[in-house]
Amino acid sequence: MEGQEIPYVLIDCVGGKHGVYEDHAELLKKHFHLITMKEYLENKEFLGKKIRAIYLWYHKPVINEELLQSLPNLKIVASSGVGIDHLDLNLLSSYGVKVSNTPFVVSSDTADLGMALMLASSRRLVEGHQIAVSPDTEYFPADWLGTEVSGATLGIVGMGTIGYKVAQRAKAFEMKILYHNRNRRNEEEESAVGATYCKRIDDLLQQSDFVLLSVTLTPQTHKLIGKRELKLMKPTATLINVSRGLVVDQDALVEALQTNIIKAAALDVTYPEPLPRDHPLLKLKNVIITPHIGSATKKTRRLMMENMMESIQAGLTGLPIPNEVFL
Amino acid sequence: MFRSKAVSLLKEIPLMSGQSNLAYKFIHPAIASHGHRCHRRSVDYRHRYKACPGSVGGQTISASPTKVMAEEELPGVLILAIGGTHGVLENLASLLKKHFHLVTMKEFLENKKEMSKKIQSIFVFEGRPTIDRELLESLPNLKVIGNSGVGVDHLDLKIISNFGVKVTNTPHAVADSTADLGMALMLASARRLVEGCHIAVSPDTKYFAVDWLGVEVTRATLGIIGMGNIGYKVAERARAFNMRILYHNRHQRRKEEEEAVGAHYCEKIEDLLQQSDFVMLVVNLTPETHKLIGKKELGLMKPTATLINISRGGVIDQDALVEALQNKVIRAAALDVTYPEPLPRDHPLLKLSNIIITPHIGTATVQAIHMMAEEAIANMLAVLNGKLIPSEVFPK
Repeated sequence: MEGQEIPYVLIDCVGGKHGVYEDHAELLKKHFHLITMKEYLENKEFLGKKIRAIYLWYHKPVINEELLQSLPNLKIVASSGVGIDHLDLNLLSSYGVKVSNTPFVVSSDTADLGMALMLASSRRLVEGHQIAVSPDTEYFPADWLGTEVSGATLGIVGMGTIGYKVAQRAKAFEMKILYHNRNRRNEEEESAVGATYCKRIDDLLQQSDFVLLSVTLTPQTHKLIGKRELKLMKPTATLINVSRGLVVDQDALVEALQTNIIKAAALDVTYPEPLPRDHPLLKLKNVIITPHIGSATKKTRRLMMENMMESIQAGLTGLPIPNEVFL
Repeated sequence: MFRSKAVSLLKEIPLMSGQSNLAYKFIHPAIASHGHRCHRRSVDYRHRYKACPGSVGGQTISASPTKVMAEEELPGVLILAIGGTHGVLENLASLLKKHFHLVTMKEFLENKKEMSKKIQSIFVFEGRPTIDRELLESLPNLKVIGNSGVGVDHLDLKIISNFGVKVTNTPHAVADSTADLGMALMLASARRLVEGCHIAVSPDTKYFAVDWLGVEVTRATLGIIGMGNIGYKVAERARAFNMRILYHNRHQRRKEEEEAVGAHYCEKIEDLLQQSDFVMLVVNLTPETHKLIGKKELGLMKPTATLINISRGGVIDQDALVEALQNKVIRAAALDVTYPEPLPRDHPLLKLSNIIITPHIGTATVQAIHMMAEEAIANMLAVLNGKLIPSEVFPK
């Protein structure tokens, strides 16, 4: 029995391009004995038995069978963000390890980014900025136009927490809102945002000016949007992705954008991230790509850290785990 | 290509001024295509049009059958040009031709004697043609200048009024698209969208750093300076992001209007500046609002705050803004408007990393451009036909 000893928690590293933020580590150290992968590897025998939790920040450290075997007292993996497609839930379950994520804190920021991408794409904001600052610009042409968001039709594919928040925001722009989801939302929820359910995704695709993807990545949603779905979309439509790169058949998307089957795309996520520097998506004029920043705000990342800390503490004291992910 | 949303239909009878049984109806029905239901927006538009000042309850008169007039009998409207870099867009010219005899500046200058009497109106598009004393003197039958857009700071209202010419603008057509752009700029700036795009496509990018962060919009405080049509629409949109909304305006809005968007009035602009995470300028440019935001105001803002301008460049003291951005007195700025436009290519604003500038595209959508022309046409015809003028602008 370890009694009141503060728990040993494994992290990848602190600072640098993908490590736990310095200021986050300060708070975490008040509650946990943080062990970096480097420290662990240098002292596997002793630390392996001590480590009872893994603080998984942006998919690191990588969890495989070898690691699980060397951490006999591991109880919980707290994963940052809402997506858990990078974890083998079956494997973890077989070792009796619980998993938590941070679904709700990321939802507002991700919905905000979805709206930001839709507005930036339709109003050609990135292009416009380039014109405004380009050394070659002599005047602003009068025939340079975008298209309106207000009053247009938005089709939301995946009406979970994030999708619903997108609907709440879009409603204020007097958008007509269609949605497609595994399950239909109840009447109150639908009428609160003025959303119409499309049982068939085809109906949504054919009627929407903007199609926004906010599903989780699962075997069922893998390549959900492929050649067929893109063809069903209006030639004047824009595809926005704030879910995961693999929800879209990327090659089919490139072709659709090159041949004007759809008008434009705005992607916060791709597969892989970043894309190889010679990828055709990077060269297309009618695409904007952001570097997976759906939850990239100071406040939200801090809340994520706090959530993860809570989940670990609950998991280690045998209490119900907030944001537990079940198989 | 137009989507199925409210597009106005102008049912006009372009008759000579003086005929009293004129009927015109500026309606905005929804286009029900493919079974789409009538969109709420069209109803709101009609309601706003009726309620706008000067329209006295907005009597809509039923349309009588259209008489087809020979082109020469239509009132003349002067425009800069059709097409080209600054000319009226081709499809707008077609709209104008339905109700007017179109005269370009070139045609006018080549044949001043004949043309000058024909021209009863001028359609000012993107601030052109320039209206000066010389032009006004050479158009004895000019009755109205119909401006496309709501800002009229480029027009000398006093001089124009002295010639007995009326000025109209298009406050309704610009509102949604400009409010949308204000939101777009706020979101893009907060989330560092332009920077992010560069990183995503740059040949030098090897990985996406996880400590690359922006600031939140949801639940932040937005301070709207200028709560007219456009400012109010910004508030409606911002409310859906759970933003705390403060506003400063010449007059306080009615309680119901405030409550509908959850906006709190700040009689003193200082209070708004000190509490806001985002400050958005949505005022007209007048002598009173010229350099409204200067060194003092920027100093009052939070160092984490963002300034967004969708009004006119002249509302901000640009030199003070450069200094404030360079010294991190405020976090960032996002400007659709500057003075001049475009800025000189060596201007310091173009070199800052914490700024987004767009090329005055507040109304640059296919839909808004069309609606503005329609609203301007309706206004000009109202003047020429002696009817109630929906949006006349008066000198102070």
